[in-house]
Amino acid sequence: MNSLIEFLTFDDPGVRAVSLGAMLLGIGAAVVGCFTFLRKRALVGDAVAHAVLPGVCLAFILVDFMGSLGWTDISPKHPLALIVGAFVSSWISLRLIDYISFKSRIKEDTAIGLVLSVFFGIGILLLTLIQHGSSAEKAGLNSILFGRIAALTAGDVLLFGAVATVLVFITLMLYKEFQLMSFDEEFAAVTGLPVRRLELTLTTLTVLAVIVAIQAVGVVMTAAILITPPAAARYWTERLPVMILLAALFGALAGLTGAYASFAAPRAPTGPWIVIVLTGFAILSVLFAPRRGALARQLRQRRNAGRIRHENILKALFHLGEQDDDFYAARSSDDILARRPMDGTVLRRGLEQLRRHGYVRREGAAWALTAEGRMRGARITRLHRLWEVYLTQYVGIAPDHVHDDAETIEHILTPELEHELEALLDHPQIDPHARVIPQKHG
Amino acid sequence: MNVAVDNPALEIHDLTISYNRRPVLWDVDLTIPEGAIVGVIGPNGAGKTTLIKAVMGLVPAGSGYVQIYGRPLDEVRERISYVPQRESVDWDFPASARDVVLMGRYGKLGLFRRPRRADRDKADECLHRVGIEHLGDRQISQLSGGQQQRVFLARALAQDADFYIMDEPFTGVDAATEAAIVEILRGMRARGRTILAVHHDLQSALDYFDWVVLLNMRLVASGPADKVFTAELLQKTYGGKLTLLSKVGNLLQKEEFPTRET
Repeated sequence: MNSLIEFLTFDDPGVRAVSLGAMLLGIGAAVVGCFTFLRKRALVGDAVAHAVLPGVCLAFILVDFMGSLGWTDISPKHPLALIVGAFVSSWISLRLIDYISFKSRIKEDTAIGLVLSVFFGIGILLLTLIQHGSSAEKAGLNSILFGRIAALTAGDVLLFGAVATVLVFITLMLYKEFQLMSFDEEFAAVTGLPVRRLELTLTTLTVLAVIVAIQAVGVVMTAAILITPPAAARYWTERLPVMILLAALFGALAGLTGAYASFAAPRAPTGPWIVIVLTGFAILSVLFAPRRGALARQLRQRRNAGRIRHENILKALFHLGEQDDDFYAARSSDDILARRPMDGTVLRRGLEQLRRHGYVRREGAAWALTAEGRMRGARITRLHRLWEVYLTQYVGIAPDHVHDDAETIEHILTPELEHELEALLDHPQIDPHARVIPQKHG
Repeated sequence: MNVAVDNPALEIHDLTISYNRRPVLWDVDLTIPEGAIVGVIGPNGAGKTTLIKAVMGLVPAGSGYVQIYGRPLDEVRERISYVPQRESVDWDFPASARDVVLMGRYGKLGLFRRPRRADRDKADECLHRVGIEHLGDRQISQLSGGQQQRVFLARALAQDADFYIMDEPFTGVDAATEAAIVEILRGMRARGRTILAVHHDLQSALDYFDWVVLLNMRLVASGPADKVFTAELLQKTYGGKLTLLSKVGNLLQKEEFPTRET
């Protein structure tokens, strides 16, 4: 806890730099990831991340070898060397995926799987070679597997952060092009956008976003920081700009978590922490987001069930009224249950709720419709019978089969559909079972 | 029957298209007059969509060429507009109806430039023209099939083009939308626009189209609708595939043969 407070004061300039850099990484990956996600290329992001490893290792070996010959004095772990190596190998992997799926009968998902595992395998092999080798700088290179921000200097992190900033800037400059390409690529081509070049740009941005994120998250988990923020953000909004903003926020928080993890436990990998936080966001989004979230959907379904119950009770009371030609007479629970069988407790609770809403009145142990309750009961009955007429006349279903359909549809028809239905059927008076259809203002 | 016109809006010359080496369209040769509503008609798998995609350069031509207003495609892109099949995109995309219509302006805007007030006004005007101005802010997955088709049409209108290419604009829409679309197409024709639409319903074809292209792996006929709609030509179009043509196509694919020697 103390370490968290110490961290959050940002007194240490090293902490400040690493936090800022890590947040920029998270934002960069998330913003570019939005379009990777919308173009349904999430798996490609994962392949790129894994394909980075052999490039990084080869760059290390090459620079180390050059150093041993005295040609250069830059460290084989210098971030620029790693970026160039990573870029080249992930680029080759992407070309290879395209080539395999275009030239052979192998489908794209299989090609991605093949390339991903082959590149990763070669990477691990090279990593093992380096670790058994004699390089003075080999320590810490394996942190690239699971990410370790603490292994970087503040300067390194800021350099990656700067690259991430440029990525965000370019992505936002090309926002409208990427939006259109993600939605409808053929239309983009017809309208004259340079689709091939834009695609190449977006792929390059994705590769760079993966590379800058790798130091924080690690090869194995980079796809998470690219794809999880947009996937979680999508739950909260139907607007692309808002989605990008939210994804950036999630990415920034994930980066900050990584920075804190590396501060609290410098020897531990940071990737798992970042992924856990991101997954937390995703789970919260899936559960609690309005409209799309699981909870909201559950609530909607419960509301619907409640509404169906209420309307069925009102309809039963209305039918009893039709029978005796007295809509406002008080009825006992047993009368209602005889008209419409249901659980006794459910009926009592429903009646109590309807009373509070002003649709029924209580008279001793019995219940009677109010004027509003009668109106609503009449409307449901009208919709039910209208739908039965529609099914028999237009859909050609036998009159003895239409009741069950109408039983559900009566609860969902909107006033507009009701209007359309009445106009289409020319305001019928009688349903297929020869019962009178209650009129709107009767 | 293949009626040739002078100064055609579209000329297709000896066009052959292959997928995976298998030719799906053989040697199509036709001209289409300006200011007409043209239907491309044929059975499933006849290559209708392939033909219009080739016109727009979305699928490469194995041989032959396409000219629009007497020019190659790249010189006239600004004058071409496209209404794809409704099912060709994922409607669960974070965008409103207005956002999608605005996409019609992107080509004119060019790279990097943001839509301006004028573009937004144009988008609203096009939403109004297709009768869904009240749905501009609605998320596109919450639109009905007919409304989605209207959004696509509005997007094409926002392009302000001369030559409109549409893939099955009447599929999966309600009767009211179908009538509304036909009305809009006729209005466009009155202003000299040319419309090329893939269509599969023979019943309505004679009503809707001035000019008809009958297609079944090859061109069966191209000409004024009333002349082309003969029992004989329809029989030729719908009377089963030319099995020999299909067999040779399959053979070309299997043996990895080129469709042209050079």
